Amino acid sequence: MSRIEREVVEPREKARSVDKAQLVHYYQQMLAIRRMEEALAKAYALRKFGGFLHLYIGQEAVAVGAIAALKPEDYVIATYREHAHAYAKGMAAKQIIAEMYGKETGCSKGLGGSMHLFDAPRNFLGGYGIVGGHIPIAAGTAYASKYRGDGRVTLCFFGDGSVAQGAFHEGVALAALWRLPVVFICENNLYSMGTPLYRSLSVTDVSQKALGYGIARDRFDGEDVLRVRDRIGEAVRRARNESMPTLVEIRTYRFRGHSMSDAGLYRTKEEVEEWKKRDPVGFGRALLEKANVPEAEIAAIEAKVKEEIEEAVQFAEDSPELAYERLAEFTYKE
Amino acid sequence: MPTVAYREALNQAMAEEMERDDRIFLMGEEVGHYNGAYKVSKGLLDKFGEKRVIDTPIAEGGFVGVGIGAAMVGLRPIIELMTWNFSLVAADQLINNAAKIRQMSGGQFTLPVVFRGPGGSAHQLAAQHSQSTEALWAHIPGLKVVMPANPKDAKGLLKSAIRDDNPIVFIEGEVMYGDQGEIPEGEYTIPLGVAEVKRQGKDLTIIGWSKMVKLALQVAEQLAPEGIDIEVVDPRTIRPLDEALLVQSVKKTGRCLILEEGWPFNGVGAEIAYRIGKACFDDLDAPVERLTGADMPMPYNHHLEAMCVPDAARTIAAVKRVLYLE
Ligand SMILES: Cc1ncc(C[n+]2csc(CCOP(=O)(O)OP(=O)(O)O)c2C)c(N)n1
Repeated sequence: MSRIEREVVEPREKARSVDKAQLVHYYQQMLAIRRMEEALAKAYALRKFGGFLHLYIGQEAVAVGAIAALKPEDYVIATYREHAHAYAKGMAAKQIIAEMYGKETGCSKGLGGSMHLFDAPRNFLGGYGIVGGHIPIAAGTAYASKYRGDGRVTLCFFGDGSVAQGAFHEGVALAALWRLPVVFICENNLYSMGTPLYRSLSVTDVSQKALGYGIARDRFDGEDVLRVRDRIGEAVRRARNESMPTLVEIRTYRFRGHSMSDAGLYRTKEEVEEWKKRDPVGFGRALLEKANVPEAEIAAIEAKVKEEIEEAVQFAEDSPELAYERLAEFTYKE
Repeated sequence: MPTVAYREALNQAMAEEMERDDRIFLMGEEVGHYNGAYKVSKGLLDKFGEKRVIDTPIAEGGFVGVGIGAAMVGLRPIIELMTWNFSLVAADQLINNAAKIRQMSGGQFTLPVVFRGPGGSAHQLAAQHSQSTEALWAHIPGLKVVMPANPKDAKGLLKSAIRDDNPIVFIEGEVMYGDQGEIPEGEYTIPLGVAEVKRQGKDLTIIGWSKMVKLALQVAEQLAPEGIDIEVVDPRTIRPLDEALLVQSVKKTGRCLILEEGWPFNGVGAEIAYRIGKACFDDLDAPVERLTGADMPMPYNHHLEAMCVPDAARTIAAVKRVLYLE
């Protein structure tokens, strides 16, 4: 779990822009994601809803930073660990939490749940439960963008576990062959369920997979939201302007188990504690402090986030469920 | 007789067989160091070591293919799918290779390999994680499909599956791993292709497998005080199907209800209903009835999910329809 040295095809880490409003925005988003997931964990423990719940806690800077590099019309597609990506793409906490509660007011009408958040108006193309299965879909949406010449970019998020799947290789191979405007982002949190990276990949530098397909690659640590934004920004530019795909590996860490039913006993306490020192939310707060944002202003952001999440939970609690009679509408379009 | 959990019965079957025959190995995601996603392989890594209990990356098409290759040249792999939902990633290996190699090679290669893992819906896992795939696999000639309904069957059938010289699709009940049940003491096997009458009755036959056996037995007990005497028959092996015992039961009762968790269209129940209809045409007092899962992907919402799989209330209503009581 050593820190990765910077290694990039086109090494151009720009001087950090320190636009205060942006910093506030990123911090607000990361904090809201953190608080939302803490609220979800609590509701899950109280059996407010069931199913799998995979928390993203510890990885917030990746979703927030990467999606900050996009325009609203760009596409995002993700795995089952997608609450943060949905939120960063603009989905309201209300819609996310209501979906977990299985309510009609949820983003997928309560039919998708934690693993299948979708938001068509915001170009969030969903969370998927089959590891690697969505990667070729990202090539498909990028194909459509190139076909139409609409200048949109697709960001595709997946875990290190996906990299052993055939679908990963087939999706990347086609994107490379046809030079599609897509950025593949491997959120390498060093474990797929209970399996450490070195037992699931023979080459643990995931970005090297790009070499075999002749596309650009990048690789860096993911606790700093600005670094993520800027480096993904380059990949997005490359996709948009040159129609060149990039495979990006971002090293990060999930503080919790794989899902709520996993205690994570395969990792040492020391390892988890070590990573917690690089908490992206804490890092985001430190950026605010460095930019001389007054403590009172930060406290106000925190209070606002707290309120937002409490309201969203209440909204989910109070929302109705879809009637059984309406279910059939969603299998086929009439 | 000792009482064990369903998962423990499966564990015993693998441990005993691996003890007996060193050509057998277990391979799959999280089967070793993590002791299995559902703890079915608990302790096997400690017992048999890393050569025979192998953790794989998430690469179903890959390691299912590895199982097929190893079986072709003399090993006897047990390949665990974390759930059968993920077997669909390996459908090409299962359908185009496992099921066909023996026939394509004119019988030169046999494939003694068991693919096993949990199937069916669990709780609120939504569409991609709540599927009954037995109808898919049973559709494919060259595969055998086994679905144990209790710990005794789980152990006896898995041992037979491991000893069988064909590719076996062995589907466990995802929500049944904790189920307790008595198993015979010592060594025993249950032959593939042999159904079992799980409850004797004279008024109506319910045919169901896996989780549906439990439901059928529960409904039978619930209706007994009303004077409705239900016979419950569990095929245990979907393919080959023990048509004789199913027919024998329906000839006795004259009425038949099939319970299936999966989808109705081209389902296993459709095949069974055809066979019963044909063989029992003169003995039936009512058309063969089916109660299946809803004809749609599984919704996440808890209440809608419950509406989409057979339950006691709808089973009772179906029983009464078949008995012309309603
Ligand atoms: C095809 C398939 N196989 C297995 C699973 C079960 N499963 C779900 S998540 C997971 C681990 C994935 O790890 P990784 O890709 O590293 O993502 P992370 O959970 O770390 O974000 C596994 C094995 C699945 N959902 N799909």
